Amino acid sequence: MNHVVNAGAWLAQLVAVTTAIAAAPLLMGWVNQCRAWLQNRSGAGLLQPYRMLRKLLYKDAAIASAASPLFRVTPYILFGAMVCAAAVIPSLGTTLPFTAAADTIALVGLFALARVFIALAAMDIGTAFGSLGARREMLVGFLAEPALLMVFFTVSLIAHSTALPTMAQALAHRGAAIYPSLAFAAVAFLMVLLAENARIPIDNPATHLELTMIHEAMVLEYSARHLALIEWSAALKLFNYCCIGLALFLPWGLGAGDWRSLVPALGFLTAKLAVAGAALALIETFSAKMRIFRAPEFLATAFLLAVLGLLVHLLLGS
Amino acid sequence: MANLPLSSQIINLCAAVLLLVSFAMLSQRRVLSLVQLFALQGAVLCLSTITVAWTAGRSELYVSAAVTLALKVLLLPYILHRLIRALNARWETELLLNVPATMLVGLLLVIFSFGLAQPISQLAATVTRSTLGIAIAVVMLSFLMMITRRKAVTQVIGFLAMENGLFFAATSATYGMPMVVELGVALDVLVAMLILGVFFFQIREQFDSLDLRNLEALKEE
Repeated sequence: MNHVVNAGAWLAQLVAVTTAIAAAPLLMGWVNQCRAWLQNRSGAGLLQPYRMLRKLLYKDAAIASAASPLFRVTPYILFGAMVCAAAVIPSLGTTLPFTAAADTIALVGLFALARVFIALAAMDIGTAFGSLGARREMLVGFLAEPALLMVFFTVSLIAHSTALPTMAQALAHRGAAIYPSLAFAAVAFLMVLLAENARIPIDNPATHLELTMIHEAMVLEYSARHLALIEWSAALKLFNYCCIGLALFLPWGLGAGDWRSLVPALGFLTAKLAVAGAALALIETFSAKMRIFRAPEFLATAFLLAVLGLLVHLLLGS
Repeated sequence: MANLPLSSQIINLCAAVLLLVSFAMLSQRRVLSLVQLFALQGAVLCLSTITVAWTAGRSELYVSAAVTLALKVLLLPYILHRLIRALNARWETELLLNVPATMLVGLLLVIFSFGLAQPISQLAATVTRSTLGIAIAVVMLSFLMMITRRKAVTQVIGFLAMENGLFFAATSATYGMPMVVELGVALDVLVAMLILGVFFFQIREQFDSLDLRNLEALKEE
């Protein structure tokens, strides 16, 4: 019996990871579509990211002659790290076997691993754009990471745990109390999400070859299947961040992770992600891109909000 | 963790919002937005005072909430708006410290005042004692704002925000000061505002700017 349960749980885990991998480009397409609608354009359609991935996977890869093995390996490491993160985050259920494998601090480490590798690969070729992008990415990263950790610490003080499933469960079952600290943490998390996923106030995901770009500057040298993996893991990263935010700040409807709760959980996740994607598009439409030297100010504000949440929780106990 | 009653939750929320508004004022460069933030601070203060009055059954606190609303949400922002338009002083161009550094100093001040308030709030017996730390932090942050700004108008807004913090400290530690003191302070602030308004014009006439560095020279050359 135990074996059967175990097999069922692992199968549920497999469904969760597959959903994340398959749905990540869809989320990206949905955000882009919403942005297009808000800007009075007709947009490229929900499935455009898939079409692009297919096109890139068909092409032959061109690799610079100066590239080291690191350059070739990085897309796979990036994709692997993001799939790992997707398995750790309780997107569909809180008792899935893999979600206990790592807590939030390890999750931040996983994101840091991906960031270090993409920055190294960007500098590997030695083009000006690549190292420029890498330096900017590290500038944003080293400011965003402490803010993200502080958000997690604030929430874990409320939930008395640093494990994501426990946090999500504790927050889902609390009473209807007002938590100012949680609100601060949520806003800080949103700002980190925008910065980390190269969204508009920090970076513009829609343009190539602009002097202010960050993410696109790093991946300029990649082509074909490597580029496809990188784009896919960028989409997965956005998906993961959204799922973390939903698990922490809107944990309702999250199932336990057995077969019966999987289907409603999937429905809830789809609905919440649709709303989150539309909200993201709205934020991006309303805000203008900042100068790169304003980015520290933006992220310092995120850090400040997270620390204020922590302090307010310690003082007020709420 | 015991669930707090709703009124305490609202007061805690108000306290948190006050702290947030103080930080927003600290980082705001535009003077007109600063005035709006000041009005918002007054509104939150008014709400929390009403909640305290309702919880503790102190009817005189309703009066001070009404005074807060009339003075700090409506009258003073209106006067400040008029002054800023008349003086054409909409931008604070230079801060003494850049914004992230100011924020970090502000965070340290918040930690300091929370530590300071801990022993005091254990002595108090009010429902709102845990917010005393935030009240002290608001006072400190307004101080910091006055220190880091150079223009006379923003320094005055910092002064007014400091008075807000003191008022909040009074309500959270002892359910407000005696009515006479409170009315006196309110009147003081109003008169100070009017006199400072005249001062602004004098300063500008003398030096062609509102930068207070000009006042540091002792002799006329």
